[in-house]
Amino acid sequence: MNLRKYLKVYLKFLHTSLASELEYKANILIDLITAILSLIGSIFLLSIFYQNNGSIGDWKFEEALIIQGIYTILNGITNTWFNPNLTEIVKHVREGTLDFVLLKPIDSQFFISLKKINPSGFLEIILGFFLLFFCIRINQINLNLGFLSLSFITIICSICILYSLWFFISTTTIWFVKTWNATEVLRSFLYIGRFPLSSFSFSLRVFFSVVIPIAFITTIPSEIFLGLSQLWKILLEVFVAMVFLVTSRKFWLFALKFYSSASS
Amino acid sequence: MISRFNNSKLFTLLKVQYSNMLEYRAEIALWAISGIIPFFMLNIWTNNNLNESINISNVMLSRYFLCAFFVRQFSVVWVVFSFEEDSLLGKVSPYLIQPLNPFFRYFAQHLAEQITRFPFAIIIAFFFFIFNPDSIWIPKLGILFLSIISTFLSFLIQFLIQSIVACLCFWTEKASSIERLIFIPTLFLSGLLAPVVSFPEYVRSWIYLTPFPYLIDFPANLLSGNATNITGGFSMQVLWILLLFPAFKKMWSAGTKKYTAMGS
Repeated sequence: MNLRKYLKVYLKFLHTSLASELEYKANILIDLITAILSLIGSIFLLSIFYQNNGSIGDWKFEEALIIQGIYTILNGITNTWFNPNLTEIVKHVREGTLDFVLLKPIDSQFFISLKKINPSGFLEIILGFFLLFFCIRINQINLNLGFLSLSFITIICSICILYSLWFFISTTTIWFVKTWNATEVLRSFLYIGRFPLSSFSFSLRVFFSVVIPIAFITTIPSEIFLGLSQLWKILLEVFVAMVFLVTSRKFWLFALKFYSSASS
Repeated sequence: MISRFNNSKLFTLLKVQYSNMLEYRAEIALWAISGIIPFFMLNIWTNNNLNESINISNVMLSRYFLCAFFVRQFSVVWVVFSFEEDSLLGKVSPYLIQPLNPFFRYFAQHLAEQITRFPFAIIIAFFFFIFNPDSIWIPKLGILFLSIISTFLSFLIQFLIQSIVACLCFWTEKASSIERLIFIPTLFLSGLLAPVVSFPEYVRSWIYLTPFPYLIDFPANLLSGNATNITGGFSMQVLWILLLFPAFKKMWSAGTKKYTAMGS
């Protein structure tokens, strides 16, 4: 019953935000061109790295493209859901409208994380899938149920980790009020998700798997595509994703205790 | 002379904006950190020995990326985002009545922000040198002076481009999406992620005619002591400013004619 209520509310969210976003049709077209150019740009950058080298960190060009594909999908998801909603938290706290969110008879984290949607991110997701299908062909990966389900699980876990990272950073707004730029820092760190983890030096590798687990987000799903992944890595990713989701929830509830509303 | 400068409008604006920016030190520090992508790129380059193919030693390449970081820090422009917000909230109307082009206000904002950002950039460079002690060098005074000028010119070019885009706010509500589109070629072609000399021949043949390599690659090469055409670079920078400035003036006068203040 509860789940149905949330589903119903979510459909309403989807309807209202799509209606308001689709008013700007030219804007969506520009965003599409931006997404395409950005993908071309990152493939261009990758091709510079590979122009005189056969492999980087044991990844061939065709294999590194898989990472680009997964990154593009995840970036699309970030632009569709996380970015429009979680930057809104900053606004809620600054303008005191978080009070209204908290008063609603619905879970505040649900409301804040899913209220808005930015349809131009869809195009990026589609682009990412196209690139992935292309990679599956050029790398001659044979599709079977095991592979599909594993890659599905790991990508879902990546989305959970990504969401939690964004949510963590945005939640800190409750203490610091202005954290626009903290999300920029996260964004620039996430940028390295476009490249295989093994192409970085040891210290950065440790940093990006222990401190900020960006390594898990794109590299492990890509390894599954290539059939390189060991079971323990997949289990680790599932574990990390669970830990992140649970702590992000706990952190939100903890942060709310410190929220002193607009005029107090 | 000095007292006249002290009383000038621009200086007053600068003073006001500087104290304004100092309030948000933490935010600006975060913003400075978000510019460290060049260091990640450097890590990929040196860790995979990619620089051997373009005949740049590790030390010179790390100096290049450090300088790219610096040039980027002092040429970040966000005028379109401020202007969009102001024009949507109707704040542009009172600015238009004042006997000063509102863009001077934004210009002073940017300069003040750069002054605030300076110590943070120095701290980041300090950490960079701790991790890369071989790359420490002291540029010659003349070169330092020239590269400060070229960084400022690069900032001017970007400021003019973004101001032209910002003028589109008079026609559309979402001019910032056009800025996001222009940012993609800036990101990939300016030399922030890879020095322009490493680009393949089919790109290098035309790229020097566009403004992009003069935004980061040219000032960074100049400061780091890598080979570059000094007179050619400066003349192209000045040429682009001479081209963009009349375009901006035209857009501005067309836009202000088009502008209808809030409520009319």
